[in-house]
Amino acid sequence: MITQILDSPYAARRSNVVQTHERMPVPKSNTEISQQTRWMIAVRDNRDRNAFAALFDHFAPRLKGFIIRAGASAHQAEEIVQDVMLTIWRKAAQFDPHRAQVSAWVYQIARNRQIDIARKENRPTPEELKEEPGTEPDASQILGLEQEARQLRQALAALKPEQREIIEQAYLGELTHQEISAQTGLPLGTIKSRIRLGLERLRHELKDLKQ
Amino acid sequence: MSAISHHVPDAMLAAYAAGNLPHAFAVTVASHVSLCGQCRVALGAHQAVGGAVLEDTPVVAVSSSLKDDIFAQLDAPFTPEPVHERNGIFPGPVMEALKGREPQWKTLGMGVRQDILSADTNGSVRLLYIPPGQAVPDHSHNGLELTLVLQGSFSDETGRFGVGDLEIADEHLEHTPVADDGAPCICLAATDARLRFRALVPRLLQPLFRI
Repeated sequence: MITQILDSPYAARRSNVVQTHERMPVPKSNTEISQQTRWMIAVRDNRDRNAFAALFDHFAPRLKGFIIRAGASAHQAEEIVQDVMLTIWRKAAQFDPHRAQVSAWVYQIARNRQIDIARKENRPTPEELKEEPGTEPDASQILGLEQEARQLRQALAALKPEQREIIEQAYLGELTHQEISAQTGLPLGTIKSRIRLGLERLRHELKDLKQ
Repeated sequence: MSAISHHVPDAMLAAYAAGNLPHAFAVTVASHVSLCGQCRVALGAHQAVGGAVLEDTPVVAVSSSLKDDIFAQLDAPFTPEPVHERNGIFPGPVMEALKGREPQWKTLGMGVRQDILSADTNGSVRLLYIPPGQAVPDHSHNGLELTLVLQGSFSDETGRFGVGDLEIADEHLEHTPVADDGAPCICLAATDARLRFRALVPRLLQPLFRI
C-alpha cells in the first residue's frame, strides 16, 4: 500500500527527468528548491550567518526534542544540539544536495554525535564521495530528491499510529536490526521505491561518468 | 570491477543509520558501503526516513543563550578529525580501524593469518588472510558473523563471494569457506560473539587466540 503511494505518480515523473536530464540553473524563487536547502547551500558556499541562524531556528528545537526522545537528559540534549549545529557549520562542505536532503544529513550527524558521546568512540562512517570541484547544481535532481522526501513524509504521516511508532523507534536507535527485520514489511516496504529511484539516479550518474 | 552481488540487508542498514549496530558490525557495514554504490543509495534512503522522523519530532524549546553560545564558536579554530583514506584494498573505515597502519598479521596455522582490529564483550572485528585453496577452519557461530571480501574470493555451501561481497552467517549455518584460486583471500570478519572453531584451534586455546 505504502509503496504504491510512492510508486505510481512519481515514478513516471522521475523517469521523465532521467530521460531529459537537463542541467538547469538553481531557481531563485522559493517555490522551487526548499528554504532549508538554500540556507544550507548559502552556509556551505558563502559561510552565510543569517542562513545558519535560520537553520538553527528550524532545527535546534527539533533536534532537542529528537535527542531527548532518543534517551538524553534535557541538559545533555542541549550540549548535543550545540555539537550538531557546530558540525553542520564546520562540515558544510560535505553537504551535497544532489545526494541528501538537509534533514537526512542533519539526522545522520545527530545520531552519530549522540552515539559518539554515549559510547565514547567514533562511529565508523563510509568514505565520503567527493564531488567534482565546480560542479554546477543540477536543479532537477535536487528537486527530485526534495519531492521524494515530501512524499516520504506524507507516506509516514498516513501510517497508523502504531506503525509510525515502530518507524520512530527504529530510526531513534531503539530497535536492534533483528527487531527491525522482525517487523515484517513495515519500515522497509515504505522506502523500497525510494531505493529504487535512487538506484535509477545512480545508474544515470554512472552513465554520465562514462561518457 | 566485478559486480557486488551480496549486500547489506535493509534492516541492518536501518540499524546502522540509527547507530544501533555493535561496533564490529558498524565497521563492516561502513566498509561495504564504501565499496558499494547500491548500498550507499539504500543507506541514503534510510537517512531520508530518519530525516522525516526528525522533521516531524515535536519541538522542545532551547535555552535562550544557546544560539549566542554557538555563534560565539563559529570562528574558533577547529581541527578536523583525521580522515583515513582508502589504502589499496582497504577501504577508509578499515584504515580507521587499523589507525592508518599496515596490517600486523599473526599466523593461525595452515597459512591462515589474522589481525584483530578490535575485540570486546560486544564482539570483534579482524582481518583474515587465507591462501588460495585453503579452508577457513570449520566453525559455527554463537551469534552473527559478517564477512566482507577485500581481495580474492571464497566459496562455501551458500555461494561464491568476491571483492565487496558481504556474507552474513548466523548460528544455524555451519559452513566451510574455502579461498578460491588466484590471489590470497583477504576478508574483514566481524562477530557479535566468539567464534567456535572446530578443527584448527582447540576450544581451550580460544581465549589465547581471541577467536
